[in-house]
Amino acid sequence: MNFVAAESPAFRTSLSGVPIKPLYGPADLADFSAQGEIGRPGQFPYTRGIHESMYCGRLWTIRQFAGFGRPRDTNRRFRFLLDQGQTGLSTAFDLPTLMGLDSDDPRSVGEVGRLGVAVDTIDDILALFDGVDLQKVSVSMTINAPAIVVMAFYLAAARQRGCDWRQLRGTIQNDILKEFHAQNEFVFPPEPSVRLVVDLIAFCTRYVPLWNPVSISGYHIREAGSTAQQELAFTLADGQHYVQKCLERGLSIDAFAPRLSFFFNAHNDLFEEVAKYRAARALWAEMIRDDYGAKSEASWKLRFHAQTAGCSLQAAQPEVNVVRVAYQAMAAVLGGCQSLHTNSMDETFALPSEQAVALALRTQQVLAHETGVTNTVDPLGGSYFVESFTHKMKQDADACFRAIADQGGMIAAVENGYFRRQIADAAFEYQTAVDRKEKLIVGVNSFQQPDRDPIAVMEIDPSTEPDQIASLQLIRQSRSRADVTRSLDALRHAAEHRDNVMPSLLQAADDRATVQECVDALADVYGRFRPAAAW
Amino acid sequence: MRWPMFMAGSDLRRRGDMNQHVIAQRILLAKVGLDGHDRGIKVVARGLRDAGFHVIYSGLWQSIDAVVQAAADEDVDWLGVSILNGAHMTLVPALLESLRQRELNQIGVIVGGIIPPADQAKLIELGVRGCFGPGTPLPSIVEFCNR
Repeated sequence: MNFVAAESPAFRTSLSGVPIKPLYGPADLADFSAQGEIGRPGQFPYTRGIHESMYCGRLWTIRQFAGFGRPRDTNRRFRFLLDQGQTGLSTAFDLPTLMGLDSDDPRSVGEVGRLGVAVDTIDDILALFDGVDLQKVSVSMTINAPAIVVMAFYLAAARQRGCDWRQLRGTIQNDILKEFHAQNEFVFPPEPSVRLVVDLIAFCTRYVPLWNPVSISGYHIREAGSTAQQELAFTLADGQHYVQKCLERGLSIDAFAPRLSFFFNAHNDLFEEVAKYRAARALWAEMIRDDYGAKSEASWKLRFHAQTAGCSLQAAQPEVNVVRVAYQAMAAVLGGCQSLHTNSMDETFALPSEQAVALALRTQQVLAHETGVTNTVDPLGGSYFVESFTHKMKQDADACFRAIADQGGMIAAVENGYFRRQIADAAFEYQTAVDRKEKLIVGVNSFQQPDRDPIAVMEIDPSTEPDQIASLQLIRQSRSRADVTRSLDALRHAAEHRDNVMPSLLQAADDRATVQECVDALADVYGRFRPAAAW
Repeated sequence: MRWPMFMAGSDLRRRGDMNQHVIAQRILLAKVGLDGHDRGIKVVARGLRDAGFHVIYSGLWQSIDAVVQAAADEDVDWLGVSILNGAHMTLVPALLESLRQRELNQIGVIVGGIIPPADQAKLIELGVRGCFGPGTPLPSIVEFCNR
């Protein structure tokens, strides 16, 4: 993928550097069987969508990502979003929580409640979802390294509130591989990290059957600077690795594959994005059916959440971000997403204000109810351009899969820095292309508008950190130290003996062990991972 | 003729000095705090390197103390920190204070990341030389550090 200068007026590339011709026609579909590869919506290989009726039958879930401050602050934002017509919740945790640290750890100073909500114990989960009917509203939680700990807190909290686990619907991200590629919120080394992912998949398969125990995420890979093709291929390769590890654990493919979910970026190049989603569905269906022998159609279907590209938002002329987000959202919907988050225009400055997030939500509602995109299934299906781009996406992904295999497989490629190098190279090439004005960004390298008044941005209440620390310390004083010690010892024992750690984590949650205490206990057994500072 | 290698300190390498073509400016780029968003800082590292800077990148999750120590050890002209976690008003003042205490004020501090405009103004007032948000072209960072 090279971001080369246009050689002639007729030569163009997609956002990710794929050459695009000025015109496509029947000859572009000649080298593959259109009928076989494209098929019908709701039928293998699902290029045209996983449901026969798509949005004619049911709209995508409008699921804005939200979280800041103390649990009660985020609870208020959740209720606001539900009141405004949002149809699912999505939780952002703060960095200490994402890194498995408590709010009162010295490394957490200045970061408590800043980038998401602070969660230290089960009491915080209870406050976070206070008044939300967990059996009715589907809840997404974006957390990875300590995902299994937070999920244990969630399930223990749900049980305390009398919920039937078999009714719980939602998703926990729990995708550690993309953390090593891109997002950098990992704690343990790659192998035990994947082991925890499989523990949670195995537990949920048995006890929380409607829950998506992993959301295999290309979003962050793209945000870190990958191309669309790398996002597609690395994500599916991650998914394939989890599948292999679940099979090695003795799970049957049709028991867990239907609950695997995906998360993709929705970036600026509308047709490239649509081709990416369509290719993803077909590649996954072929892999799960043909390579792993899944019999159930539910196992073959790739379901995905999409979020508009945070990295595409600009600080210059921030109102223009609303327009970017609207087009990106349309790409996700034309590509057949099952749920969608639209970013707010002020996210290049801070977490979104209530006003900005309401506008982002309205952007989806206009798309859903005013533009007509929901009236027909896969409206771009059969387009010479979109179908041949989809085919090209599949070929590019295959080349990436071979490259990963050449590295010695997933874990070897993580450890030797292959993914990080590939992504950093693409990020640098992209920036260079923008700096050379080979790619025009409105307000940034073209159409600038100087000297504008800054927009209002949200501020986090400065009492958040001391408040959260005070409430955590109160919990530490009131709980039984002996119970906590016993449950953490049991957790260490389970990890050492390669038992599923989930039962001991549920006990630790009830005993009000903290996130960091649980993560530290696991790190005692698994160790910690430090990457090389390569660039 | 002057012999810059015999003269201690980084003053000789400062912008405008006759020797700037002889000795590259040195910049330490650092990620402080827990934030793992390193796309921007790695792109800036390559851009500065290609422009002739001597670039040292700290890697993730550095403490203020570790960064200041590395800046002193590496005898840098510039220290660039990248912060996308909203903790800039805690971390950057602490960094500046630590540099002052160790009498390293001559090191120019620049900040990149997600910083609201009002906070950018506060950081400049506190002594940060420049703030670079999303969309900043690489050449403008290079030009700033060469000015």
